Amino acid sequence: MTPADIRTAYLEELTAVAPDIEAADVGEDDHIQDDLELDSMDVLNLVAALHKRLGVDIPEDDYPRIETLAKAVDYLAERLG
Amino acid sequence: MGVFVMPSLGADMEAGTLVEWMVGPGDEVHRGDVVAVVETQKGAIEIEIFEDGVVDSLTAAVGQTLPVGAPLAVVLKPGESASPAASAVSAPEPAPEPAPEPAPPPVAETASVAPPPKPSPPQAGPKIVPSPPATTPGTPPPASPAARAYAVAEGIDLSGVTGTGPGGVILLADVAGRGAPKASHAKPESPMAAMRAAIAAAMSRSKREIPHYYLMHSVDVQAATDWLEAQNATRGPQDRLLMGALFVKAAAMAAKRAKGINGHYEGDRFHPAEAVHAGVAVALRGGGLVAPAIHDADTLSLDDLMAAMRDVVFRARAGRLRSSEMRDGTITISSLGEKGVEAMEGVIYPPQVALVGVGTPLPRPWVVGGQAVPRMVATLSLAADHRASDGRLGARFLLEMETLLQEPEAL
Repeated sequence: MTPADIRTAYLEELTAVAPDIEAADVGEDDHIQDDLELDSMDVLNLVAALHKRLGVDIPEDDYPRIETLAKAVDYLAERLG
Repeated sequence: MGVFVMPSLGADMEAGTLVEWMVGPGDEVHRGDVVAVVETQKGAIEIEIFEDGVVDSLTAAVGQTLPVGAPLAVVLKPGESASPAASAVSAPEPAPEPAPEPAPPPVAETASVAPPPKPSPPQAGPKIVPSPPATTPGTPPPASPAARAYAVAEGIDLSGVTGTGPGGVILLADVAGRGAPKASHAKPESPMAAMRAAIAAAMSRSKREIPHYYLMHSVDVQAATDWLEAQNATRGPQDRLLMGALFVKAAAMAAKRAKGINGHYEGDRFHPAEAVHAGVAVALRGGGLVAPAIHDADTLSLDDLMAAMRDVVFRARAGRLRSSEMRDGTITISSLGEKGVEAMEGVIYPPQVALVGVGTPLPRPWVVGGQAVPRMVATLSLAADHRASDGRLGARFLLEMETLLQEPEAL
């Protein structure tokens, strides 16, 4: 899976969890909670959606590593090996 | 025979716009079925029916804005058949012009004159019976509030749009660009403005009518924090719990015991509720707030409660809450989340009589066994209606919540 694929997957799952956000409006370094206003329930739903889609089980300790698009692409690429 | 009317979905709802019929004449309906979608100031709400029966005729047309109490449809009880008069009424299509005044309810009167004792064969084939005009195709797919607002602003028919969201929900991206050829982020302001107005009306009424009293209590939630962390380490993402679920469960259980803060104040007196339907405040991005009720929250296991909370939060975002969820709350719980502030003094959502605030758990020096030690501490608050309860009862409620939170495994 290329970084571009991961990026697409992340943005699609993010906008599915939060249908009122548009993918085009999500900046590389936007923090999903501070900037995009996801609450803890949304974050959990995003983690569950990424697990389902990519097969990556993100433990709670690693939530900070998916808190921005840029970080998430790096982290998920690493986990997908 | 019954007349199904525009329900009230909150203290300050005066009218709603019918946006979809999910049923047509001849369809069998059961208590709790979603039969229509109504656009309100709080977004699109799925309207449930309260009784079993068969839809005889649809009185209201899609697009009409109707006041609370206006007839929407005529529903026959099981075994009942339509009077000729009533079925004749359903044949001509209702004019889709907005009629904002309550239509008189004579249909019920005339129709109830002829209740045949035994079921007569259903007339013609159900489902094939006069379906409403072409603008009302059976069941248009759900859409997010942003998509719905955009569609309205641009005059787009959502039934012709394929949704790419979960469960086929139409997202803004699915409709953007389908309207007028102006390509821009048309984020319409009106739905938010309408919701702001609804909140303003409800909160003004609350502060005008309800003599609030406020109590605060900081509690040690280290045990709950540790238990939750250990639980979640062994669970996949789909099964993880949030601290918010523990707070809602504890509040619901405590509310069940402290009767004076669970119920409604209407007609100059307090009506305590037997069941605890916990309204869970959900903040919407861009402003706005809804507090859909989770029915019998005190009786649900933590896993079931968590699933119910995920479900309502998701549907609050997607614009698909149900009428019973909008109306049935007996107490509201507002959690400030993981990254919020320490405490809140809430404003009660009328006609309820209490709002429980849960501050963000923060590490604090705490005295345990004579020693100051770092513990996770959350400040619980209660805003309660002094007409229904006194501070002593409110205090007992918060102390009960504290006790319950010390044994998270028992929640």
